[in-house]
Amino acid sequence: MRYLTARFGHLLVVLFAVTFLTFMLVNVLPGDVAYDMAGLDASEEEVEAIREEIGLNRPALLRYVEWLGGILTGDWGKSFITSEPVWDAIKTRFPVSLELVIVAQIMALLLALPLGIISALRVNSRFDRVVAVGGFFCLSVPNFMMAIILIYVFGLWLNWLPVTGYEPLSEGLWANLRNFILPSASFALAEWTILARVLRSDMIGVLQEDYISMARAKGMPVRRILWVHALRPSSFSLITIFGLQVGALIGGSIIIESIFALPGVGRLLIQAIFLRDFMVIQGCVTFIAMAYVVINFSIDICYALLDPRIRVARSHG
Amino acid sequence: MADTPLQDQSLQTPQASAQDQENRAAQEAARKRGRFGLFFWIPSAWLGFIIFCAVFADLLPLLPNDEMDFLALAAPPMATEEHFLGTDLQGRDILSRILYGARVSLTVGMVATAIGMTFGLMIGLLAGYYRGRVETAITLGLDTLLALPGLVVLLLASVIFGGSLTIVSVSLGILLIPPFARISRANTLNFAQREFVVAAKAMGARDFRIIVFEILPNVVLPVAAYALVLVALAIVIEGALSFLGLSVPSPTPSWGGMIAEGRENLDDSPHVSFIPAIFMFLTVLSFNLVGDTLRSKLADLRESAL
Repeated sequence: MRYLTARFGHLLVVLFAVTFLTFMLVNVLPGDVAYDMAGLDASEEEVEAIREEIGLNRPALLRYVEWLGGILTGDWGKSFITSEPVWDAIKTRFPVSLELVIVAQIMALLLALPLGIISALRVNSRFDRVVAVGGFFCLSVPNFMMAIILIYVFGLWLNWLPVTGYEPLSEGLWANLRNFILPSASFALAEWTILARVLRSDMIGVLQEDYISMARAKGMPVRRILWVHALRPSSFSLITIFGLQVGALIGGSIIIESIFALPGVGRLLIQAIFLRDFMVIQGCVTFIAMAYVVINFSIDICYALLDPRIRVARSHG
Repeated sequence: MADTPLQDQSLQTPQASAQDQENRAAQEAARKRGRFGLFFWIPSAWLGFIIFCAVFADLLPLLPNDEMDFLALAAPPMATEEHFLGTDLQGRDILSRILYGARVSLTVGMVATAIGMTFGLMIGLLAGYYRGRVETAITLGLDTLLALPGLVVLLLASVIFGGSLTIVSVSLGILLIPPFARISRANTLNFAQREFVVAAKAMGARDFRIIVFEILPNVVLPVAAYALVLVALAIVIEGALSFLGLSVPSPTPSWGGMIAEGRENLDDSPHVSFIPAIFMFLTVLSFNLVGDTLRSKLADLRESAL
């Protein structure tokens, strides 16, 4: 418990630092949003009025404190361009990003679990080596490249799946899900290799434990040993990596969401970057960093749940 | 293996020959492992080839990379005599653009990695050697860098400062600091307690001397072993940036940009996207394979030295 509290404090400081850094990066650096908002042929007075209106004339530090207070009370500010409240914009787009990441990670696990387990069971067999080499190849395909390949093969050539667009869940589960298959696969086809690799190396160690030999000796079927007795103790590194990947995918969703035209947080963010809509940028970055922190903390809780020994202090790093 | 020296010598003699054989088998295996296989040499050759072409692109008999051939728009590979790999949607020679684009990818990959490694090493050494508050502060800083969505920082930097080779390399380099810092911190922790460091301390060496002359030489190799893998990562991230059109400005060819341009007409002329994609894939794969081989080789080396 004490470990978790310390971790939580650490993560809060990280979150604070992230918001401060983005705020300063976005605000102190050159490029005056007031000029962009006023338009090309605005007079100096008009620009000045806009600056006054959105509070750009006050010191950055003061604005930061106000903005942070707003975040804590649920007021994330308004978009400079559409004047839509930032929190509403994020709230409506977040489920799309979440679904993308969840479907991607389920796909990755579906590949990684069987391949990793069988590789661990037959170390250095032909199967093991094929999986390892195949993993290396998959890992070397950047996700935007994977997206293009998938679009070409399944969208244009075989014509099985839609390449762009989004249907809300109210249109039916399949209508909604089929738009996520290709984007999620762009992630999953690379992510599975890391998961499988970690699972394999942990499981090789676990399979040499006495209680596995015991289970085998009393005639328990291998399948049951693997899935029931060996998987749980082998899954610690898997969970860490899994969590880190979820964090990375939320960031990586920027590019995938814009390729497949999915209206998620990533797409909102990149549009805001191109439009220099600073409030939205700050909101999105803060939101993504929050998600990262929450995920990291959940990993720690998962550890404690899976392995009672962890509840005693565990050094991080 | 810990209990054999305690046993009586005479008890071991019947097993000696068997043990010898085992040793010989182990040596044989070690020698086999010591050799580099095809998975090392083929990627190395590819990297050599790409680096050579990128460096001497000006001297090679290439068509200009920005000249449009209106008679051969989006020509597939080998279709016309002068365009070996075909032309893109605007009739520009793909081969030439790929080799000039290699300059961008390789420069960003290497410069960013060098920046990340230099600062990562310094930070990791400080954190691992001084521990305490310094370490806490540095861990906090690194966690903050990790919590920032990396691509977003790069996008912001290139929107604010304008995309250029320098901006992309430097901001990517900063993002590569945490992985290097973590590895060098872990290794420093290992060495900071060793006898030679204690001896140096006892002889009155200053901290600076100990860090630079005693610890650094031991930490540099394992850290450098990761460098090639991170070059691959840097090339991928630069590719993503130029794919979004936020790396080097448009007329300069870059692999990510070429892949993105081909997306407009993927149906009719897939080669416009796929040829640069293949080059990028092979290069990233090669850096990964060579880097991984070197890393495991280095780990073996250190194990046998201990």
